[in-house]
This record gives sequence, C-alpha cells and structure tokens, in this order.
Amino acid sequence: MSQPVNSPHFNANARKALDDAFLQKALARSEKGFIERRKAAVEKLPEYDALRDSARDLKDHILAHLDLYLEAYEKNVIASGGHVHWAANADEANEIILSICKRLDAKKVAKGKSMISEETGLNAYLEENGIRPIETDLGEYIIQLRGETPSHLIAPALHVTKEQIEADFRRAHVDLPPERNLDEPTSLLAEARAMLREKFLAADVGITGANFLIAETGSSVIVTNEGNGDLSQTLAKAHIVISSIEKVVPTREDAGTFLRLLARTASGLDLSVYTTFSTGARREGDPDGPLEYHVVLLDNGRSNMLGGKFQEMLRCIRCGACMNHCPVFHAVGGHAYGWVYPGPMGAVLTPSLVGVEKGGQLPNASTFCGRCEEVCPVRIPLPKLMRNWREREFERHLQPAAARYGLGVWAAFAKRPAVYRAATSLAMKMLRLFGGKGRLRRLPLASGWTEYRDFPAPEGETFQSLWKKRGAAR
Amino acid sequence: MSDQVPAAKKPLRVGLFATCLVDLIRPRIGFAAAKLLKDAGCTVEVPQQTCCGQPAFNSGDRKTARELAAQVIEAFEGYDYVVLPSGSCAGQVSLHYPELFDGNAAWSPRAKALAAKTFELTVFLSDILKVTPRARFEGSVTYHDSCSGLRELGIAAQPRKLLANVEGLDLIEMKDPHVCCGFGGTFCVKYPDVSNKIVGKKTENIAASGAETLLAGDLGCLMNMAGKLSREGRDVKVRHVAEVLADMGDAPAIGEPER
Repeated sequence: MSQPVNSPHFNANARKALDDAFLQKALARSEKGFIERRKAAVEKLPEYDALRDSARDLKDHILAHLDLYLEAYEKNVIASGGHVHWAANADEANEIILSICKRLDAKKVAKGKSMISEETGLNAYLEENGIRPIETDLGEYIIQLRGETPSHLIAPALHVTKEQIEADFRRAHVDLPPERNLDEPTSLLAEARAMLREKFLAADVGITGANFLIAETGSSVIVTNEGNGDLSQTLAKAHIVISSIEKVVPTREDAGTFLRLLARTASGLDLSVYTTFSTGARREGDPDGPLEYHVVLLDNGRSNMLGGKFQEMLRCIRCGACMNHCPVFHAVGGHAYGWVYPGPMGAVLTPSLVGVEKGGQLPNASTFCGRCEEVCPVRIPLPKLMRNWREREFERHLQPAAARYGLGVWAAFAKRPAVYRAATSLAMKMLRLFGGKGRLRRLPLASGWTEYRDFPAPEGETFQSLWKKRGAAR
Repeated sequence: MSDQVPAAKKPLRVGLFATCLVDLIRPRIGFAAAKLLKDAGCTVEVPQQTCCGQPAFNSGDRKTARELAAQVIEAFEGYDYVVLPSGSCAGQVSLHYPELFDGNAAWSPRAKALAAKTFELTVFLSDILKVTPRARFEGSVTYHDSCSGLRELGIAAQPRKLLANVEGLDLIEMKDPHVCCGFGGTFCVKYPDVSNKIVGKKTENIAASGAETLLAGDLGCLMNMAGKLSREGRDVKVRHVAEVLADMGDAPAIGEPER
C-alpha cells in the first residue's frame, strides 16, 4: 500500500508551495542554519574530503558485495537472538510488522523516525488494522498531529512555523490549561516531551528505522538528537527495526566512518547527540530491553538498481545536505516533490523506486547548479544521475510533446550551420524590430520567460555575420 | 609583467567559439573576447558554428548532443586552443564531450584532444596566457559566479583577479554570489514559477550589494538576471565580464536600447 505518489504534479505542487506564506516563512528561516552549521563543522575537520573519498569507496565495495554482507548480517542477528524478515516490497514489510504486532496483541506502537516506514505507508496501514502508531521524534510527532508527511529527511517538520506548532499543540493537547505559555521553542519542547513520555510507557511495540546495519555483529544503529529512539525500543515488548537493504556496513569501524560524516554533514555536530547500537533482544541479566528483536529488510526496488546506471544513488546515507543546499528545494520545500524523498536525492531515487513514468518530473526540476554534488558526503554525482533519468525519458518519449518538438526544431537548425546562420540572422533582426527599447515584455512561445522577466532584445545582427562583414576592419 | 606573449614565439591560433547565445543576442561579447585574445598576442579565428549541444545533452537527447559535438570537434580541432566566453559551454566541451564519446574508438580521442585545449575566456587569459588586460571602468560592480563555470571548472578567482586590475572599478561582493540564479537552461521556461522565485532572491542580493553594475561570465544567467532586474524596475546595469575587461564597458548594457 506504499505512500501514494504525487510527483507527476510537481509543477502544480510547486505553485501551491510558492503561494503558501507559512511555508515560505519556514523555508526562509531554516535555509541558512543548515548551510552554516555544516560549513563550520567541515572546516574544523582537515581530513573531511579524504573521509568522503573513503566513505565513497567503502560504499562502492559494499554494493559490489551486498549479498555477502547481508547474509553475514542475517547470520549475526540470529546468533544474537534476533529475527530477520526479508520483504521484497512495501506490502510484504507492512504485513510482517502487522503479524508481529498481532501476535503480541499490541494496541499501541511507539515509533522512532523512519523514512522506510514512510515508503511503505506503515502508519496508515497499522491504523487501518486497529493499531495506533505514535511518532516519538518531535518533528514526526508534530506532523502526525497535522496529518502530514515529512518534508525533509532529518527535519520532517521543516515546513511548519513555530506559531503553527503552538496552534497544533493547543488543538491536540486539550487536557492542558489553555492559558499556558507556549511562546518559546523550549516550552513547546517541554510539552511534547511530557506528552510523549506517557506514550513510551504505554507502547507494546517499538519500531525504529536504522541508519546502519553492522554485518560483523548483527547490530542496528540509529542516530537521534532527542533520545526518542532509545525509549521507543527499550521500553516495549518487542523492538522492530525496519531498514532498507543498502544500509548494511561490514564492521563497527566502518559504521564509525559514516557516523563521522553523517552528523557533520547533516547537522554540523561532530556526532549526533544519541547514537544507539542495538544487538538482539534482552539477555538474561540485562536490566531492560525488548523481549523480542526483529529486523525487516526492505528491498522495494533497490536490488534492481544494483549494477545499473543508478547504483551510485545507493551510496546515500540520508544526511539531507543535498536538499539543504538546493535552490529548488529552498524555493518549494519537500512536499512539492510528491513522494517520500525530496530534493536532489529524491529526484534520483524516486523514479528508481516508483518508476520514471510517475517520478520523471523530479529529475527535470533541477537547474543542474551542482551544489548537491559539491556537498554530498559520499560523492554521489546527482546532476549526472538526474541527466540519466532525462535520457531514459527521452528514449521512451515520456517528455511533453511540445518540449520534444521544440528541441527537435532547434536541433534541425543547429545541425545545419549554413541554414542556421541564414535563419537566425533574419530572426534576430525581427526580434530587434520589436525590441527597440532594448527589452521585450512579451514574446510569443516564451511566456514562461516573459511572465516574470523581460527578454533582453538582441543587438540585431549575429556575431558571425558581423565578424564576416567587419573582416579586414577588425 | 608583460601584456604580450613573448614576441619570439609564433602567435597562438585560437578558435573563438562565441556560443549560440552570444552569436544571436549579444555579439559585442564575441568582439570583446576577440579583442582580449588579440591584445594578448593570439590570432583569432571564428569558424562557422552553431551550438555546443548542451540543451540537447541536458534534455536527455544524447544523439543530437553527439551530432553537435562532432560538428564542433570538426570545426575547432585544428586550432591551438578553443576559447569560449561561457563557463557552461566550456564545461560542455571539456567535460561532457569526452563522456559523450566514451568507448567510441574513432571519436573518443578527438573529443579528449579538443577537451584538453578548450578553455573558458577568463581562465585562458589568467591561467594559460597569464596576462592582465588593461582597461578602465568607472563604477562599482558585483560578480555572480555562474554554476557550471564555478562547480565544473572551478572558475571563481580568475575573473576577480582580472577585474582587480581594471582601473576605476570597485568590486563589491553580493551575498551568496555562488548561489544559482535560477536560469538552468530550459529549466527557466519549464519551471517558470520556481525559476522566478530563485532569480528573485538573486536580484534582491544584487540590489542589496549597492553595486551599479552586475557582471558574470555566462550570457544565459546574465539575460535571466537582467530580465528580472528590468521587470522589477531596478536600476542595475548588466554586462558580461569580457566587455569590461576589453575596455568596452561603455556600450549599452544588456536590455538597454542601442544608441
């Protein structure tokens, strides 16, 4: 039942986003912080670029031997008393999780942040089946109250302003005194913390994502800045980890390489506030911990990416830096992308997972400014991969007919230099006639340009004809 | 420091690839580039040309991109150097042509050879010829780093170094000069609303810098920013960096009527 795909409507979504004053305010507030924090953290680490190279090489090695590392991981999860469930798609993952919950007679589930569960539409599925999922990450908790999906990988409520959160809390937390002061972020945080504490204690099952899976120990690793992941997983009867297959790393030391990059690139911290390693269920003598430990490993199209043109995308460690530095993301936010993953990484991953027919708008909605590739901690060539998608679309005639036709006409001229020179000389003289004031405010067939900008009028003659004419006089 | 390549050497034969936008919209940038190259002692030729093929390449049409690349290779491979007054078109030739012909035994060596001798104008003047053109331009300017030039070719210091030598010119950096202007080739007409939002932020930063003139090295970006500045009624002149370096900064600016 995976999350519905609204990506084909990127243009309409974007227009809506541009007209949304709250969203624009929230985006303007968040833009600089991410960029400056990352920059400061990177500047403090002289070996940052070398670390990126080794992380890239390590990921490439893992992806080339993914089957071996996944098998080793599974073996070590089982050896430490856990269970591994393989899910080919979203439906299978959801069914596996539901059956564990049902067997344990679970009514309430505490959830740590997980983009994979967004991919499978897990919350909606559990609710339909009578189980209440409660998001425990502050940002996720806020958007769950609002009935929304995350708009950013690590800051799911990036699109919401503080004022909106206050209104949501007053609406949802009706038992609290209405005259209470919620002006400060700290008071909002304290209120959310108090509400969530009860929910952790009442939860039967804890579900978390995983940032990394460690093959040599069978451990899963999550990073949070609130510690909610620890509470979600240790207080419940069972801890279910839902992860995609490419999160596996060979050793603890390798996990360390990625952790050093992830926190700095994502939030500018040397290390995330909480980094939690989970290995198996509660053992004899352990003071706490879940009685059962399950890992659901989701493929959902990733194995099709192996060995193909988009394999490099599987290096992604979900830091969010690409979207934090993307002018398009800054303009429209994450929801305009219409599925789980926004920004440049979403523009490449979405067509890979939902098909280019549905996701094809996204790799087109980029200026190819290249800032995403510049900041990617594992050096994913995002513009190149977006271009690869455009090539797929072109091959399969999926682009709008007008764009294809326009490109075809232009190409026909550009391939015939003599015809091109004659035609363009005439056209530029015509344009000059209409642009006597130096600029054109309206241009037929170019309303996309002139709706918002004037079109600078050409000088009149082309450079090539002038160059010829001036010949000896030059 | 000398402005000339040592006289004893045979002058370098440079093929000037004006780029399609300069050819069609603003020939004076082509003449400015030619003047800069000639002043530095090069022989400049302009072989018949259309477009480097970048619009096709970025639209996913590799076949057309390859055909146009082959056309450019044939037209320009005989020169000592190929120079373009555009970072994005120079990047297309020097980075993406070899990629387009990867594995093609006949064309790959030719694409690589052309790539190796193709340079963006300010890089060629500053890093290859190591000249500092003499020019005069009274007034304050701000410089926008176009994305492809900056991130594909590492162009940032070169134009600034050359501008620092222009008499009377006062360079004021705007906020975020390295952030995209929202042009993006066909992006700006395929996603006009998003493009408009991005260029709006850029023109705000340009205006806030207080500079009288905006300079950059790519005509596409310049037209985008000039068009927006003009629509917003902002009084900022817009020119290609080559015009100022070639001492041709008194001609009508982009979007101004011809005199």
